[in-house]
Amino acid sequence: MSDTEFLLLVRGPLFTLATVILVGGVLIRIAEILFMGRKKSLAEARGSEASGGFRVMLSRSVPDADTFHRSGFTIISGYVFHIGLFVVIFLFVPHILVFERAIGLSWPGLPSNIIDATTVITLIAMLTLLIHRIVDPVRRMLSGFQDYWVWLVTALPLITGYFAFHRVGVSGAWMLAVHILSVELLMITFPFTSLSHAFTLWMSRWYNGAVSGYRGIR
Amino acid sequence: MSSEGLQRGYAILKEQIDAPTASYLSSCVNCGMCAEACLFFTETGDPRYTPIHKVEPLKKVWRHEYTFWGRLSKALGLSKPVTDEELAAWSPLVYDGCSMCGRCSVVCPVGNDITYMIRKVREGLAAAGHAPEGLVAATRRAITVGSPMGVKLPALQAQIRHVEQDTGLSVPVDVENADYMLLLSSMEIMNFPEFIAAVTRIFDRTEVSWTISSEAFEATNSGIQIGVSDLAAELVQRVVTAAEKLNVKYVISPECGHAYMAIRWEGPNLIGRPYGFRVVHILELLDELREQGRLKLQGKETDRLTYHDPCQIGRRGGILEQPRNLLRAISDDLVELPGGGMMNWCCGAGGGVSSNERADEIRLRAFNRKKSQLDQIQVDGLVSACSNCRIHIEEGLEHNHIDLPVLSLTELIEKHLAD
Amino acid sequence: MKPGLTVGETLRAHGVTRRGFLKYCAAITSLMALPPSSLKAVAAALEAARRPSVIWLSFQECTGCTESLTRSADATIEELIFNAISLDYHHTLQAASGAAAEAAREQAMHENYGNYLLIVDGSIPIADAGYSTIAGISNRDMLLETAAGAAAIVSVGTCAAFGGIPAARPNPTGAVPVSELITDKPIINVPGCPPIPVVITGVLVQYLTFGLPDLDAQGRPLAFYGQSIHDRCYRRPFYDKGLFADSFDDEGAKKGWCLYKLGCRGPTTYNACATAKWNNGTSFPIESGHPCLGCSEPDFWDTGSFYHALSTPTEAIGEAAVYAAGGGLLIGAAVGAVHQRHKRKAIESHRKVSLDDIDEGAAK
Repeated sequence: MSDTEFLLLVRGPLFTLATVILVGGVLIRIAEILFMGRKKSLAEARGSEASGGFRVMLSRSVPDADTFHRSGFTIISGYVFHIGLFVVIFLFVPHILVFERAIGLSWPGLPSNIIDATTVITLIAMLTLLIHRIVDPVRRMLSGFQDYWVWLVTALPLITGYFAFHRVGVSGAWMLAVHILSVELLMITFPFTSLSHAFTLWMSRWYNGAVSGYRGIR
Repeated sequence: MSSEGLQRGYAILKEQIDAPTASYLSSCVNCGMCAEACLFFTETGDPRYTPIHKVEPLKKVWRHEYTFWGRLSKALGLSKPVTDEELAAWSPLVYDGCSMCGRCSVVCPVGNDITYMIRKVREGLAAAGHAPEGLVAATRRAITVGSPMGVKLPALQAQIRHVEQDTGLSVPVDVENADYMLLLSSMEIMNFPEFIAAVTRIFDRTEVSWTISSEAFEATNSGIQIGVSDLAAELVQRVVTAAEKLNVKYVISPECGHAYMAIRWEGPNLIGRPYGFRVVHILELLDELREQGRLKLQGKETDRLTYHDPCQIGRRGGILEQPRNLLRAISDDLVELPGGGMMNWCCGAGGGVSSNERADEIRLRAFNRKKSQLDQIQVDGLVSACSNCRIHIEEGLEHNHIDLPVLSLTELIEKHLAD
Repeated sequence: MKPGLTVGETLRAHGVTRRGFLKYCAAITSLMALPPSSLKAVAAALEAARRPSVIWLSFQECTGCTESLTRSADATIEELIFNAISLDYHHTLQAASGAAAEAAREQAMHENYGNYLLIVDGSIPIADAGYSTIAGISNRDMLLETAAGAAAIVSVGTCAAFGGIPAARPNPTGAVPVSELITDKPIINVPGCPPIPVVITGVLVQYLTFGLPDLDAQGRPLAFYGQSIHDRCYRRPFYDKGLFADSFDDEGAKKGWCLYKLGCRGPTTYNACATAKWNNGTSFPIESGHPCLGCSEPDFWDTGSFYHALSTPTEAIGEAAVYAAGGGLLIGAAVGAVHQRHKRKAIESHRKVSLDDIDEGAAK
């Protein structure tokens, strides 16, 4: 298979397949969760579920002082890597064009060299988190195959993207194809692993916040 | 025998899983931040006390029973189900190494209410016969005698007689159509009868119409702590029956953390219907009376004081402002514990830990957190609103040879009643 | 023209000055990215090189490659270099025709067997021999026969190198590149549709002076195809700054911003356009406001619309996502309902937990 054929395969049928698995998978997972149901509390309410739910959906992004003091490393690295991912995925013009093709929406991007630097910073943050996961007793005990797998499938698009951008000693088409393939791996992994936190997190924060809201806890 | 227990526990765990649980278990990325929020981890350094790790059996059941891949691999015989040994191994983690304080639930960055899930794990473990002996015994006494400490009506009546002698006031018992029906924890009856005296004086001065029921005076609920909803419901039902029989408008939850959680938030869901009365916490009522001007206070404390929020009343119960309002009325030198309020650290004895002898050692280790906090703020007295917190803090201070008075907020307020 | 002469002798015979020759050598040297110090060596080697016998075979092609080489306004140095080889067979350029033309090919093969250079443009149809024949000989047979005695083969143009447009889907003639039929001879691919004239002659110079050049994975001389259009593009700073033309007539297009969004294949295309340029160094496509089509890459005709950005999916993703969403909801609801029933059953078969139940384990 020539590099061009490889690129065509990943831009064509494989990307469609990955999109179908991603979109279908996310909805299957959400339905699976919602169908488990939740009993409405019979206790007299002191506040509203909605106010607490919405509040926690937002407020939980900001750690309290003590938590920041105790888990500063995880929080900073986590923030850097999540913001980095967001910037790289959504603000790189060639990526925006993918969204434009898929959903018809477009927005301004950032200069490529900023994306480039962000990629490196994001990877460094991810690497520190990986080392922490391996070295720290708590993280090591909690982590299983899935945790390392999702780390890998998140890091791969960054690494291959970096090389696709710089194309050092490799064919541009081949590297771009490998990059898109790694993204497809991420897309099909996403709904069925802990990567799903990207969407279930909002449900979790809602449920947690709804209970505090109902009890009037502020 | 154990296989029958396992079956029972497994069935209960299956019933427990709901949409929030499924969402929480889907969201966890094993970041480990909950460990840093848990005093059983921070004070022991043992990773097994990481809160999310404590829900592992529930997670397995969820995967097995309620996820597409889990059911598929179960059907193909690819995944191993939860074993009885596993449930047994988790008993020390969820009963000895967790006070249900809920701190992890407000720290988790993805928003998981981990405490909510540990509560469910306890349901499964208890049904499988893996609850600690001390809690089982307490629950047995609560069900058969009516109090986890075995306090019977005559004991209460004796204390009431003392209170009446001390105060010169009468303590109303079984008064129909009273506005308020007061519940008491066994600890208040046996260790802190001053609380009953304080309430009697305050209600007399503020002209609150109240009563105690001779049929259901116990506020605590061992069923909640051990995690057996069927038994917890039975205990709640006794209070509900008594309150509805006396036709009171309100039931007062006393200075006890989990008792408030049991009667206020879990109760109606346990018995499956709303109450015919409302539930207030004693601090809510006192602050309301103060606001209405019925509770008049005089004089200020000269000591530097701090307030320890009982987890189930504060962080999990929503009563954070009222105690501070009351304390500010009688003290100008009130300092907060680090994280005081929403992020307050648990004393280490809640959630049934204090009834569980197996946890005696770890309970005192967990207290080191409160001790170092107290070292930091240097106060002359610690005020709280939970007998269980107070007893444990007193014990911890004594263990560490620290002399610091531990006070009841209600009793402190009573000392400042205006003439 | 006798094959015995050196390149230098031939050029002088054609009136090329020393100055003009060195100028050409300097151009080639820089194009091959060699240090200026090697200019003398290149000039000396080229001057002394024996004029090789060259056979040029044209198969399924459009003559664009030959045009590219010969259709300049004036006689260029490149053209003269081309004269410096002994082009013994090229059916577009040679005067002879019919049997005489084929005889010239056979004579050249015979006289220089094992030493002549074979240049091919056009792809070879293998679905049916009758699709393309010369003097009654199928392209395939002629290639096999001529290649047998060649020292090396230069596949000029994308058709000869990769199959090109004849091989584009659905490839009705079964067109294949030279490399698919010949595996026992060194093959130098000089793709492009057409290739840049100076690159064609540059490859020949390189071959004459240094022998077989270093090739990339696609068989292209690294000296000319080592860098992508994108890396040498004068619009690259706009790409780095995130400034793109959104259409062919917007402000960005007028300001000369990057054409990535308009489908430019620069990042995946390896050629010397951005440095050697076209029409005697006048410009190259991007300079005239059109994205690179990637013509020097395999299958460039089949990479979806030329005007869709390289990073975008080629299929209707939005539509697929809508169907996937519908399907996901249906499956999710079905799976969810199964879970729900499962849970309801668990709740219905609930047996009250008694004191004795919980005591069982505690006794242990």
